[in-house]
Amino acid sequence: MDALALLSFGPTGWGDEIAWGVLVTVSLALATLPFGLALGFLVALAKQSPEPSLRAAGQIYTTIFRGLPELLTLFLVYFGVQIGLQRIVRLVIPDAAIEVNSFVAGMIALGVVFSSYASEVFLSAFKAIPRGQYEGGHALGLTDAQTMRLVILPQLLRVALPGLGNLWLILVKDTALVSAIGLSDILRQAGIAARVSREQFLFFGVAILIYLALAVISSAGISAIERRVGRARPAR
Amino acid sequence: MTAEALAQRPPAPPRPWTRARIAGWVLLGLWAAAGLGLALFLVASWNPELFSQYAPRYLSGLWVTIQLVAISVAVGALLSIPIAYARLSRNRVLSWLGYAYVYVFRGTPLLAQTFLIYYGFGSFRPQLEAVGLWSFFREAWSCALFAFSLNTAAYQAEILRGAIQSVPRGQWEGAAALGLHRLQALRLVVLPQALVVALRPYGNELILMIKGSAIVAIITVYDLMGETRRAYSRSFDFQTYLWAALLYLALVESLRHAVDWIERRITRHLVR
Amino acid sequence: MRKLLLALLASASLTGLAQAQDTTLKIGTEGAYPPFNNLTASGQLEGFDVEIARALCDEMKTKCEFVTQDWDGMIPALQAGKFDAIVASMSITPERQQQVDFSDPYYVNSLTFVAPKDAAFDAKAQDGKSIGVQQGTIAASFAESNYKGADVKAYPTQLEAWADLENGRIDSVLADFGVQYGWISSPDGACCEFKGDPVSRDDKIGIAIRKGDTALAGRLNEAIKAIRANGKYAEINKKYFPFDIFGQ
Repeated sequence: MDALALLSFGPTGWGDEIAWGVLVTVSLALATLPFGLALGFLVALAKQSPEPSLRAAGQIYTTIFRGLPELLTLFLVYFGVQIGLQRIVRLVIPDAAIEVNSFVAGMIALGVVFSSYASEVFLSAFKAIPRGQYEGGHALGLTDAQTMRLVILPQLLRVALPGLGNLWLILVKDTALVSAIGLSDILRQAGIAARVSREQFLFFGVAILIYLALAVISSAGISAIERRVGRARPAR
Repeated sequence: MTAEALAQRPPAPPRPWTRARIAGWVLLGLWAAAGLGLALFLVASWNPELFSQYAPRYLSGLWVTIQLVAISVAVGALLSIPIAYARLSRNRVLSWLGYAYVYVFRGTPLLAQTFLIYYGFGSFRPQLEAVGLWSFFREAWSCALFAFSLNTAAYQAEILRGAIQSVPRGQWEGAAALGLHRLQALRLVVLPQALVVALRPYGNELILMIKGSAIVAIITVYDLMGETRRAYSRSFDFQTYLWAALLYLALVESLRHAVDWIERRITRHLVR
Repeated sequence: MRKLLLALLASASLTGLAQAQDTTLKIGTEGAYPPFNNLTASGQLEGFDVEIARALCDEMKTKCEFVTQDWDGMIPALQAGKFDAIVASMSITPERQQQVDFSDPYYVNSLTFVAPKDAAFDAKAQDGKSIGVQQGTIAASFAESNYKGADVKAYPTQLEAWADLENGRIDSVLADFGVQYGWISSPDGACCEFKGDPVSRDDKIGIAIRKGDTALAGRLNEAIKAIRANGKYAEINKKYFPFDIFGQ
């Protein structure tokens, strides 16, 4: 069979399966992003707090999730969280079944990894904001939370944007690991197609090209956002 | 400040239990509980038979991981020099080629690259045999090494380029004024300064490779992750994964501290 | 985090309730083990295991739903309740019986080598040779404990082991007789043939269920007896193999 027929949509081609894989990859990355950003911001808040115990707690978090291989974190979440939650829940409801499906497991694992790196990006962005901004906020009679939301956060995001853009690109690549816990992402679908049709080079090549296209689209999107935010910085 | 001045200072007021402090201690408490839970779990599920069967295997897996990362990072360092040179070149074609290489390898997952090289090249056996390369691509180990070297070369080229560009132009000009030609200027003046800047990114890249290398388990190499998956598929005992996590954390943390230590030593002369 | 936990707890209790009323039986299978269970290009499951499972469900008058799961996570997924039974050519071994219960065997299997047709092969002289197996199968543990001098390479699926045998990366593949038979009699496996006699025999394949799920075990055993008696089993058997796979 020639390459076009193999990549066609329909019952004999693998085009539709791979398109589904693209959808899974993209939605996993998009679902992980807000979760990872929020968690990363909270961890950064903890790490820049004047309170030593809070700083230490944040530091432990980053040390663990930046130190473990992503693939291992994924397995720990996929098997471990499932077993752990099951045991806890069964104390209350004896025959409950907990479903941590591979999508949720992937989201949690990639989210914690993303957040530990994002917290570092936020942390250095915090350092770039002068104390005067906080003082100005207080002088206007804003509460701590208001100062954070109205004064600091908008500037913080602008400073953190290039770093976060990089992390997004890493996140898209890291989604490939979920193929190892059975989620039908691009790489897994391509792998199944490659094994069954025995056109290994074709399908893994196609997978690489799709990831490359995602990277190009992401970079374009990120620079568009940076331009809109107005303080585009040279890419690093 | 003298001792007297210290003595006269009123004692610091007791720190109030602010919300942040409570939250901090609660979180630390949770970490402590998690750590304790982990320790208890490992003690409770301690199985000398399992340990004696798998401990040597874990160590050999760890050794495979270290070898794989060390060799591919070293090969990648060599490869990164011409790539960084191309990236910095004023020749359009050359700099575009360098850019394309870096973009492709940094823009796609290492796992996909490894699969393409292992399974993809596997289907070109006759052609590879004809050029005498099959004995290299036959082995999963050398395929992994090949993929990792190409991948880390792209990252290292960017580190090198960034570091060289971070050295001010004046340094080049000064070297030229002293009568050094470009290569001498690069080797004697620019590189020593660039490497100080590059140390931390290089350390990070090494750590990323250690973590990234876990994927070779999927193409039959028994690295630390491979041994872990084998142990788990036999025993269905979750502690096999926890042991691997502890080993990886220890490896990465000791490396990170080593980089910190080296950086402190070589930047002693710089007032920061 | 708290919200997430609450949501998870809520969904857990919901599935707990749902399971009590729902009669759908969830069946876990691998989908990478032709001709027993594999995926077609249209994403459908097919194969001997799949058809047997469907026949058993018809017999038990329950709706069945298939869940595909990678081999190395099969037993943990069963224990975690992602499905209720594994119909994936799983051998009944003492190690697995510590984790799960099994139905009566639904076929009998042996371990056999395949290697390229033109290669000299001696099952007793494996030192320095490389043997491909699937990770977490009885073939993997058999090879590792019986061929200590050999380089045993474990693959995530059976398909990858064969692909590397064909490419010449490994000298032989050790696996179940039935799955190897399916491969060498297909165009994909034209390179290779069985080598030597089976190295281990009478290995029984059953349906794995959660420990203590005796009601399901009873129903499955009844259903296996019924499809044996009414010819349904023989019909499926004939479709895939020209010999009787049930044994005994």
